[in-house]
Amino acid sequence: MTDVNLNSLRNQPDERGRFGMHGGRFVAETLMPLILKVEAAYKSATTDADFQRELEYYQTHYVGRPSPLYFAERMTAHFGGAKLYLKRDELNHTGAHKINNVLGQALLAKRMGKTKIIAETGAGQHGVATATACALFDMECEVFMGEEDVHRQKPNVDRMRLLGAKVHPVTSGTGTLKDAMNEALRYWVANAETHFYIIGTVAGPHPYPQMVRDFQSVIGKEAKSQMIAAEGRLPDAIVACIGGGSNAMGLFHPFLDDETVDIYGVEAAGKGIPSGLHAASLTGGTPGVLHGNRTYLLQDDDGQIIDAHSISAGLDYPGIGPEHAWLHDMKRVNYVSATDEEALEAFQLCSRLEGIIPALEPSHALAFVSTMIGDMDKDDIVILNMCGRGDKDLGAVLPKLEERGLL
Amino acid sequence: MTSRISNAFAKARAEERGVLGVFVTAGDPDADTSARILDALVDANVDMVELGMPFSDPMADGPAIQAASLRALKNGMTLAGTLEIAAAFRKRHPDTPLILMGYYNPIYIYGVDRFLDAAVAAGVDGLIVVDLPPEEDDELCIPAREAGLDFIRLVTPTSDATRLPAVVGSASGFVYYVAITGITGTASAAGDSISAAYERISAATDLPVVTGFGIRTPQQAHDAASRSDGAVIGSAVVEIIANTLAADGSGTPETVSKIAAFVGDLADGVAGKAG
Repeated sequence: MTDVNLNSLRNQPDERGRFGMHGGRFVAETLMPLILKVEAAYKSATTDADFQRELEYYQTHYVGRPSPLYFAERMTAHFGGAKLYLKRDELNHTGAHKINNVLGQALLAKRMGKTKIIAETGAGQHGVATATACALFDMECEVFMGEEDVHRQKPNVDRMRLLGAKVHPVTSGTGTLKDAMNEALRYWVANAETHFYIIGTVAGPHPYPQMVRDFQSVIGKEAKSQMIAAEGRLPDAIVACIGGGSNAMGLFHPFLDDETVDIYGVEAAGKGIPSGLHAASLTGGTPGVLHGNRTYLLQDDDGQIIDAHSISAGLDYPGIGPEHAWLHDMKRVNYVSATDEEALEAFQLCSRLEGIIPALEPSHALAFVSTMIGDMDKDDIVILNMCGRGDKDLGAVLPKLEERGLL
Repeated sequence: MTSRISNAFAKARAEERGVLGVFVTAGDPDADTSARILDALVDANVDMVELGMPFSDPMADGPAIQAASLRALKNGMTLAGTLEIAAAFRKRHPDTPLILMGYYNPIYIYGVDRFLDAAVAAGVDGLIVVDLPPEEDDELCIPAREAGLDFIRLVTPTSDATRLPAVVGSASGFVYYVAITGITGTASAAGDSISAAYERISAATDLPVVTGFGIRTPQQAHDAASRSDGAVIGSAVVEIIANTLAADGSGTPETVSKIAAFVGDLADGVAGKAG
């Protein structure tokens, strides 16, 4: 069937980069010509068989795709409800889903003749993936990382340096991911002609939310065909954690038109939504304009951005990708949240029961799964996106588990 | 139709010089000192005042104006407070053009219609909103012009020939030429590049063109203003505030007097009287 399905939820954004009222191109004039060039280059790459072939080559032989869809038998037995499958993107080279998008954008940069790359990073996974691609393709790499994150994610800082990237600690503002993104954008404005900015999540000005989603959609496409091969049918629910929302968008997008599949996005509730110390932009935020797009933001009633709080540096962002904002308004995806404590518990549970040390980010998704999967039918099936591994988090997690007498 | 902005350009032209615009952030370092600084600008013969609306995440600004924004916010400044400062300024200074400059989110949260009503009532003449390119004109540019406010557009060295007509097409008041590809208060542009840009932009619009970003001295102000229709200075003025604060972060008498002296030198520079 080649007809365009007008009711499809999968053909966003419009030509202005809008997902409903969200998205758009809210950037300074200096960046506009660049963003238009990126959009044109991306459009031509999507229909270029050579580009797609090259990307697939690296996904297969360098990243190790497809990632397995693994039936988590012991956790399934533990919860006593639906069958739990893990989409194992933590097995990718560099240890997270971030590399899927980075390789796509790095190849696009190469196609545009750019050899200097800028990236922002929170937990450091996107920074490591970008530094990796830059080593692979012989590009210069500058990574902006909040000073606080430089301290709490030191192993990733060391990896980036080893890979040849220059890490700029960002002290402006509050020294976290949003400030790293501000600083990366400032640097891009000053080096607009020579540099390509590889944004790590499904946010920023058009075409980034669309482009990052498309590069990450490999997760959902694989999961769908793997599930059909394993169980002969679609899952009943799919679940992913959300900071900016790239791993979630990558899993969700191929399933958006499958009405029988319930979709859950899990935000970081930090110390609890009522405490105000959280990173749940949809649950606790309002629509506004930041970093080139309109979306839900944590902000005060004067439109000033409020800092996010989460034990997970990768979820510690006061905004969310505009397509998630739209799917929230449409009520197609259920956006829920899990606290720091709940994530810690899930972190340990997954390590003990499956021999898989998850990153703190997907631990939030698992924490939510643990609250609902036991009530589901034994014939039901849930897919959780295991989007990253937890080695990077040991420094943050171990003291907390020891404090609580759990280790 | 004449406006305070067009009158300011006509006056400068009659005196065979460019206009001098000065940027300060509303409420920096506090509301009272901010009002006294604005008075000092008018007394020092500034032709246009650009009043920054503080924002927590000023993407296009360098360290000096970022810090100014955070100082103002820390001392309780809001968009409503900025509009009050603007209204009080207008009562004291009926003729000096006043332009609000900042980012879209605080305006969006305040409500576009409510903001435009308040800005018009306060006697504001124009708006510069950094993160609203022509692609997003229906958000604020079109409603602002319908409300009678000028919407001043930034043109940058990256605004190429294909793009320039769209950028200046919906602009009014004047065009603000960002002389560098970069953030405020960092590098300075070469004079020749300003002249070339002036020629390029003037071919696309009848509006006056002022030059800003990276202008720090009376001599640079003179150079930029004589190569275009005016010069805007921001970071160099805002840094005086940062350097004259009391230990508790409040303004001192020196804050105002030093700004008055510096801006007086800038005005002399633009008028070609630099010592």
